[in-house]
Amino acid sequence: MSKVEFMQGNTACAEGALAAGCRYFGGYPITPSTEVAEHMARKLPKVGGTFISMEDEIGSIASVIGAAWTGARAMTATSGPGFSLMMENIGYAVMTETPLVVVNIQRGGPSTGQPTRAAQGDMMQCRFGSHGDYSTIAITPNSVQEMFDLTAKAFNLADRYRVPVFLMSDEIIGHMREKIVIPDSVETVSRRPLGDGRLPFAADPDGIPGFAPFGTGRHVHVTGLTHNERGYPDTTDAEAHDVLVRRLMRKVESARREMADYEVTNPDAEFVFVTYGPPSRTVQQLMHDLPDENIGHLRLKVVWPFPEFALKEFADAKVFLMPELNMGQIAREVERHVDQKVVMLPKIGGELHTPAELAAALEAVR
Amino acid sequence: MNVEDWFRTDRLPHIYCTGCGNGTVINCTLAAVTGMGWKQDDTVFVSGIGCSSRAPGYIETDSLHTTHGRALAFATGVKMAKPDLNVVVFTGDGDLAAIGGNHFIHACRRNVDMTVVCMNNQIYGMTGGQGSPTTPMGAQSTTTPYGSAEPTFDLAELAVAAGANYVARWTAYHVKELTRAITAGLQTPGLSFIEVVTQCPTNYGRRNKQRKVSEMVEHMRSHALLVEKKRRLEAEGRAIPEGMFTVGELVRRSRPAMGVRR
Repeated sequence: MSKVEFMQGNTACAEGALAAGCRYFGGYPITPSTEVAEHMARKLPKVGGTFISMEDEIGSIASVIGAAWTGARAMTATSGPGFSLMMENIGYAVMTETPLVVVNIQRGGPSTGQPTRAAQGDMMQCRFGSHGDYSTIAITPNSVQEMFDLTAKAFNLADRYRVPVFLMSDEIIGHMREKIVIPDSVETVSRRPLGDGRLPFAADPDGIPGFAPFGTGRHVHVTGLTHNERGYPDTTDAEAHDVLVRRLMRKVESARREMADYEVTNPDAEFVFVTYGPPSRTVQQLMHDLPDENIGHLRLKVVWPFPEFALKEFADAKVFLMPELNMGQIAREVERHVDQKVVMLPKIGGELHTPAELAAALEAVR
Repeated sequence: MNVEDWFRTDRLPHIYCTGCGNGTVINCTLAAVTGMGWKQDDTVFVSGIGCSSRAPGYIETDSLHTTHGRALAFATGVKMAKPDLNVVVFTGDGDLAAIGGNHFIHACRRNVDMTVVCMNNQIYGMTGGQGSPTTPMGAQSTTTPYGSAEPTFDLAELAVAAGANYVARWTAYHVKELTRAITAGLQTPGLSFIEVVTQCPTNYGRRNKQRKVSEMVEHMRSHALLVEKKRRLEAEGRAIPEGMFTVGELVRRSRPAMGVRR
């Protein structure tokens, strides 16, 4: 029996993680993400898991990586400044193909900025924030229900592709309270085990190696250095580096279609809003207030890897409108993929766009 | 099991410089681990970045060679997520006390059940000999060309103050005492910290009139003051000779610990 509750987004995120089998949480308090940690602190000990409040965000993500190598589903939650601190170890998780989930309840930046206000200012940081070339996965919920559902999904993607997966939410969704239906169980995908006689970093045909958790006798050496298929450092061979880094990028990029998750409304429209996260709710309100088949909406639930093919579903589009709670981070990504005009509708400061603002923007391009 | 069985022989030769003390520390650690009867399958070595931190790469177990300074935080995750595993951390003075200082004091405070072996060569060896938080005042390094002007950290005393359950300091000269100390650390629930003062002829000795390995080892031997003797001298009101550092067991206690096998 599923149950219906009235819940805060951050709590729903923690519940989604628990339902997905998360049994380790290492974190550091930061507004507006803290309720995720608080709920995990209450619940994890009751299900045999471990909650630990680390000394900082660097330690948090480090401990999560360590826990993940024991085979545990592991997670941390933070906001912008903490996310910045995690960046070096996020690169380590990419390089070592460690599956884990980082929840970023975004707030206004740069720097300490607006701790209690919403923003979507970390969308490029989650894609490019660590040093070197890599690719990864970012998911953007727009409701309390999706905080639950997409957190569970994040663990499956992390385990399937062996990458850190980012749940890029924000203060609005994190602190909002809504009705939520909690299912009895959620679908879980296991890490593919390392085959007998296989080397721990030798990829299977899909570009992803099998996983041998610590304590199972496979004696895996894990290093952030450029390494060979055995896991041993190989730092000066150009080809070894090229082969490894290209594979790490390709295993994510080549799966963009199977990872893609988006909603299309009015595909024949000429004026198309492209959104992710809470601005999608304003667009939904606008379309409710102004029923017009010439207004379309593409709502992304997975932003990275970017599903450029989703834009092609609007064959008659003349203009793409991009309301974002930043200065136009994903609008530039859209511009890369379309010939049509892309209108940025940036809004910063913590408030969501109003339906009237989006209606005015629409009028201006008609 | 012999110590040799714990080496990844397919990774030899190692990258350590001639005369480096790290091999001695690895040998003593593995002697202690084999003496405990630990199994390779149940033992995890964790390290940060630097010469010290290459050690797990030569050991035939599961191992994590992590980011600079963060070894103890990674090791905390391993141990807390799976307390059945034996966790040993190799670190160095720069890794542990500079960039990793905050993780160091908090791991000691939490008293997570693991053993930390710090190879203190008083210099950043792998990056070419820059001054570290344990470079002695007056010593030459590439970043202290006029002699280091900063007071140093006493890592073992720091671990005692921060709450570790077992703390000892020896040198790469004292191989028997060091092996016994690491064994005591492995046996003690909670965080054990064993500091090993070790020679770096390439990047420390060369710049500090200790070009020969034998000179460095002799310097460590002759400047090591047993902690019991130091306390006796202090009780008698006598002066501690200049330039001496204490060795021996600094603390063995049973503060509440985390991650102890259930």
